[in-house]
Amino acid sequence: MTDHSHGATRRAFLGTIAGGVALSVLPGVSLADEAMVAAEIKKIAGDKPIKDGKIKLDLPSIAENGLVVPLAFEVESPMTEADYVKAVHFFADGNPSPMIASFAFTPMAPKAAAAIRIRLAKTQNIVALAEMSNGEFYRASKEVKVTIGGCGG
Amino acid sequence: MSTPTPRVRMPSTAKAGDVIEVKTLISHEMESGQRKDAAGKVIPRKIIKQFVASFNGKEILRADWHPAISANPYQSFFVRVTESGTFLFQWIDDDGSVYKSEQKITVG
Repeated sequence: MTDHSHGATRRAFLGTIAGGVALSVLPGVSLADEAMVAAEIKKIAGDKPIKDGKIKLDLPSIAENGLVVPLAFEVESPMTEADYVKAVHFFADGNPSPMIASFAFTPMAPKAAAAIRIRLAKTQNIVALAEMSNGEFYRASKEVKVTIGGCGG
Repeated sequence: MSTPTPRVRMPSTAKAGDVIEVKTLISHEMESGQRKDAAGKVIPRKIIKQFVASFNGKEILRADWHPAISANPYQSFFVRVTESGTFLFQWIDDDGSVYKSEQKITVG
């Protein structure tokens, strides 16, 4: 009996969380895809070449709660007036909108690093785009598997 | 909604040239505009769309936030301090409200 009631409580609890995530997306609302992320990147970088590297992305491989996923990053740069990271943009290919956040840095920051917490509607790729003061672009991406919200909650 | 309350954690003293980490949090629902209420009506979007950190009037970091930012948004970043002064942190709401926090630091 004790086990049964414990299980019921746990199910109710999980149901509440899953319901909360399900609520975060309207039924019938389409989610972003890779093409929408590519279009946003093109708006910023145009036709300039985008290299891999320089960006250290810190995201969990598996997120139990898609409502609060920690995201931290650092872009390699001396951060001097002559050579610094102007901006870092983040995109998601499985959320209602492909945009997550953009960060504009100045050489006042000793490193182009920051941390935030984000919402993910389901398992998807997070893409980072760094814009350097010399006009170069770098990218990095990581897939985050979302446990709750992706399992039919 | 109650008035958003900013919270900032950072040292109040430092040595010249030190790199310090600034951690900020503000209470805010970050309503995404993607949810419906019990009656099936879309709850309008209301988020903090921008965060700006500056020191002695010079900008350090400007962050544009979209609805993918979690409720009660957290933002941390780094600064190198070379002189005493005042940090100003501003959170700009969709409705035009600006929530502010000031923090003094003594560099010895």
